[in-house]
Amino acid sequence: MTEATAKPIFSHTDGLTEKPLHYCPGCSHGIIHRLIGEVLEELNVSDRTVGVGPVGCAAFCEQYFNVDFIGAAHGRAPAVATGVRRAVPDAVVFTYQGDGDLAAIGIAEAIHAAMRGEKITTIFVNNAIYGMTGGQLAPTTLVGMKTTTSPFGRKEEEHGRPLDIPKLFSGIDGAAYVASGSTDSPKAVLQTKKFIRKAFECQLAGHGYSLVSVLSNCPTNWGMTPVQAMEWIRTNLMPAYTMGELKTPFGAEPGKGGKPS
Amino acid sequence: MGYVVINLNLCKGCELCISACAKGALGLSDTQNSKGYLPAALTVPEKCNACTLCAIMCPDSAITVYK
Amino acid sequence: MVQKLLVKGNEAISEAAIQAGCRLFFGYPITPSNEIIEYMARRMPEVGGSMTQAESEVSAIYMLLGAAGAGARVMTGTSGCGFSLMQEGMSFLAAYDLPVVVVNVARLGPALGNLDPSQGDYFQMVKGGGHGDYYNFCLAPAGVQEAADLMALAFDLADQYRMPAVIAMDGVLGQMMEPVEFRKPEPRDLPPKTWAARGKRGGPKHDVVGYNLETAAAERRAIMMAEKYDRIRETEQRWEEIALDDADLVVVAFGTCGRIARSAVREARSMGIKVGMIRPITLWPFPTKPIEAALKTAKGILVAEMNMGQMIEDVRLAVNGKAPVWLHRKLGGIMPTTEELVERIRLLAGEVSGND
Repeated sequence: MTEATAKPIFSHTDGLTEKPLHYCPGCSHGIIHRLIGEVLEELNVSDRTVGVGPVGCAAFCEQYFNVDFIGAAHGRAPAVATGVRRAVPDAVVFTYQGDGDLAAIGIAEAIHAAMRGEKITTIFVNNAIYGMTGGQLAPTTLVGMKTTTSPFGRKEEEHGRPLDIPKLFSGIDGAAYVASGSTDSPKAVLQTKKFIRKAFECQLAGHGYSLVSVLSNCPTNWGMTPVQAMEWIRTNLMPAYTMGELKTPFGAEPGKGGKPS
Repeated sequence: MGYVVINLNLCKGCELCISACAKGALGLSDTQNSKGYLPAALTVPEKCNACTLCAIMCPDSAITVYK
Repeated sequence: MVQKLLVKGNEAISEAAIQAGCRLFFGYPITPSNEIIEYMARRMPEVGGSMTQAESEVSAIYMLLGAAGAGARVMTGTSGCGFSLMQEGMSFLAAYDLPVVVVNVARLGPALGNLDPSQGDYFQMVKGGGHGDYYNFCLAPAGVQEAADLMALAFDLADQYRMPAVIAMDGVLGQMMEPVEFRKPEPRDLPPKTWAARGKRGGPKHDVVGYNLETAAAERRAIMMAEKYDRIRETEQRWEEIALDDADLVVVAFGTCGRIARSAVREARSMGIKVGMIRPITLWPFPTKPIEAALKTAKGILVAEMNMGQMIEDVRLAVNGKAPVWLHRKLGGIMPTTEELVERIRLLAGEVSGND
């Protein structure tokens, strides 16, 4: 092989724009954005996709996805996505949400979109903390984890135990595909890409609501290097949440979402 | 056999690629980029086998892999 | 021959919306607006549209935002605390330049209040009830026919200027039944929604968002919005006037109270009292022009409203100190009677004509 004959086998996806990402060095957002962009391109649906953005570090994510986008207020993305769903029957619709957006202020919108079996896909970025606002307690923060609003560590008797979102959503009939992945290693990233692809395929096949929860890092607010943060996902976050594919409609009849296969 | 090209101005020196590389082909450059980061670099090119693990981890799509 | 139907206010505006091309409704039940969501539930499937009951008004207003952002004609109907829950959404809709129609069937507040009619939401509907610098159209019908007629206008104004339009109904208007002719709205030249986010479809991407981190861009954007609102204030004021030519006293009242005041003014005239009336139909843009014109001859203004005095502030701004402005306020969800307004008119007319 010479440089003249070498071909690119992995390059920037057309599913993302050329704009450099503003996220912190090593932040999982960039990885997850890329996976979504790659999946939309591979499924050849970018031209009819509408994404709905959150409030959080990814509040400006419409700048990075090379598809139409509507920005939602904090937590409201599934409602906005429902509106798009009604208005544009052939659109591929997804929401991109963090812990505060989906598990706190937006929990009603998310649960009800799942209840209705809305044919939308939610990508849930779980880093167990509120990143953009400087590292406060999240519904997904682990017991004992120190944040700026739980400076002595999350206490079960005061703050309760963290919400296991994949588990919670797998119990909703209208949620046809529920998976829980991670970004801590290349193997985990590739598996998460498969989950994301299946989630969009679930939407395209009309089975119902799909959710992929992705364990992500927050080097800045966890106070670690990105490499350390990925290790911390493995040792601390993964044991706290249900991982893998919790629910899939594939194998079920088309249109019948929700029952575990 | 392969090689990677790292976009020096997209790279933020997070080192996830270096950690992912099973062959030890990557390391940090000692020259800052325009944003003040020390970007990753193909420090031992002959070790690269174009496995793409580095590009899979890169949050900034800074790596293009050639084979 | 167009048929006249006996229709309840809430149903009249719902049918009028459908006839104006609205095919998507998102809402949450709240009394006294429930007939709207229920009518839509039955009727939307008949016209190939859909009604989605959201899990709250908070969610509903964002469903509206999504559908409007994707280019559809959409509306909701609510009341009281429901409208309060929508205020952040109203702010977002204004920032995103999105057309929607929001019907507020106002009831007594604050808090749960009761189900009786009130005009206590004026500030919220007219002054931009959410955060930030913005306005929305606000149209105030005084009867069921007018309410039906204003729906097409509301959708068109919203589309033309790319902003929300609020219909100021109240519990009485929503519930009363009157004969209505559903008139085909006049076709209007509206700009195509090329900005809508419905998929790139072979073209550039469309982003519907509402932030401006760069200061210069933020200022440019705010100036653009301010200039739009200035143009609307100049060109889109709407009102009804009665017997202004030789009026010493001018009554200003809107909605249900305006309807009662109209009867009172006519009765007072029949008694020889030189009273006239301006009934704002647009609460925003507020009809300053007829007030300024009337002040050339009128010597005093009586504002009648079913609240502690909200529209009177806009009246005072328009009067700008040129004449005294009195308030006849009716509180607690109660409507004034024609008799009490006639009596107030009689007393004040006597007072102003004595000021020659």
